[in-house]
Amino acid sequence: MSWINEKGPLSDVVLSSRVRLARNLADTPFPTVMNGVDRDSVVNRVRRSVLGQDFSIQDYYQFLTIHDLSPADRQILVEKHLASPDLMEQAQGAAILVNQREICSIMVNEEDHIRLQCIFPGYQLNEAFVYINKVDDAIEDQLPYAFDEDLGYLTCCPTNIGTGMRASVMMHLPALTATGQMKLILQTLAKVGITVRGLYGEGSEAIGDIFQISNQITLGASEEEIISNLDVVAKQIVERERQSRYALMKNDRLQFEDNIWRAFGTMTHAKLMRLDEFMNLLSKVRLGVEMGIIPNIDIQGINELMIMGQPAHLKKFGLQNSDQKNLDAVRARVAAQKLGHNQ
Amino acid sequence: MLCEKCNKNPATVHVTKIINNNKTELHLCEDCARERDDFNWFTSFSVNDLLTSFLGPMSPARSSGSIPVVKCDKCGMDYQKFKKLGRFGCQNCYEVFKDEIYPIIKKVQGGAFKHTGKRPHSQNIRMRTSREIEELKRQLENAIKIEAFEEAARLRDRIRELESRQQQEG
Repeated sequence: MSWINEKGPLSDVVLSSRVRLARNLADTPFPTVMNGVDRDSVVNRVRRSVLGQDFSIQDYYQFLTIHDLSPADRQILVEKHLASPDLMEQAQGAAILVNQREICSIMVNEEDHIRLQCIFPGYQLNEAFVYINKVDDAIEDQLPYAFDEDLGYLTCCPTNIGTGMRASVMMHLPALTATGQMKLILQTLAKVGITVRGLYGEGSEAIGDIFQISNQITLGASEEEIISNLDVVAKQIVERERQSRYALMKNDRLQFEDNIWRAFGTMTHAKLMRLDEFMNLLSKVRLGVEMGIIPNIDIQGINELMIMGQPAHLKKFGLQNSDQKNLDAVRARVAAQKLGHNQ
Repeated sequence: MLCEKCNKNPATVHVTKIINNNKTELHLCEDCARERDDFNWFTSFSVNDLLTSFLGPMSPARSSGSIPVVKCDKCGMDYQKFKKLGRFGCQNCYEVFKDEIYPIIKKVQGGAFKHTGKRPHSQNIRMRTSREIEELKRQLENAIKIEAFEEAARLRDRIRELESRQQQEG
């Protein structure tokens, strides 16, 4: 279970939908200036508030203090998009609660005291919001949130005040990238308060053609308005990406399929694969799966492979069962096995 | 090489523009580069960067020295530190740095200035206040135990404040 191995709506373009809420306690300084006693106290209070109830959603939460996690285990949470790199840099007095399904995580003492996030497979922004809203209500019953009538939820960084909400959709946009439309989309969306960034890599040069679109503005609009705004934009992008894919395929079907199968061939037979090459080839193979060109592999398998190919996952799960000590070699073998060609 | 604009700082931003086959070169320091708006200078760009770049020096009256530098009385955050971090130290900072931060919030948030979204359930406020007092009392005990008397005094004041508010609200 989780966004990685469940299938969601519009999964031919959308990998996942995430909603994050930033909250702070009214009676304690923000993490920027907190001392050790305060840090531990906030961790304990949040832990009690979460573990002490069932959220009316039957689920079990695992509590992890960052200090006690190995560097690899920290990185694994980041690679699964359950935690932020910033949280993992907090050496003391920081923690995370993760539910069993791995769709909801609660970071404690990251930039804010509490960062709640919910990540659903495919396009399910609204569902993700409904879920995280309930978790927020449940915590709020127990702890006093910093709130102002005009400024809304008070966050450590003033760019997050108001709803404290960042909603984002992770998308695979190979055809928009290949046809050079991403730059224009980036510029247009910036004007309506929506940010687009490459999930891996920077700016319009996203490695693996995976982009994240999210709301930039958090104050003035309600949560529902922000989500419906993003909804309109996300669905338009999905439509455009689909049209561009069909246009590319119609233009030269042989070339289109050749591209995909060449990537598949490399992924199933290469002996060494660096991360950026892996991500770029996987984008083409993913496209082949999304367009029904590569049979017998589903989109969940592609997502699992994408995560398994990331450095910490490879170190933790790949290296032990391998005589190879070279990460690029282990990555190549994992790709071949996952895509059904045992070497 | 020194910055072509201010001639003071070393030039760290180098730009080559080619328009209609005319090549122009610019060598600027980071501060002068930031002031120009005809380019997106910084590729790794976050909202926090946007915020700190909006933050100018202190408002004129304060920087002239006639009024002492404002510090948050609750958490000790001062404006220089805030400018550097782009982050506040506690909820009280929003009140203390109101004059500096409100215009910037407006800019960053696209002009909006009134929260219209979710609010904590007001019916729970009383209950939460009681819980907060309980929690603070526990913290107070701990503080006394470890002889953190400054902290204890702060907690005591906060408890008194909350208790008197609770009585007023009846």
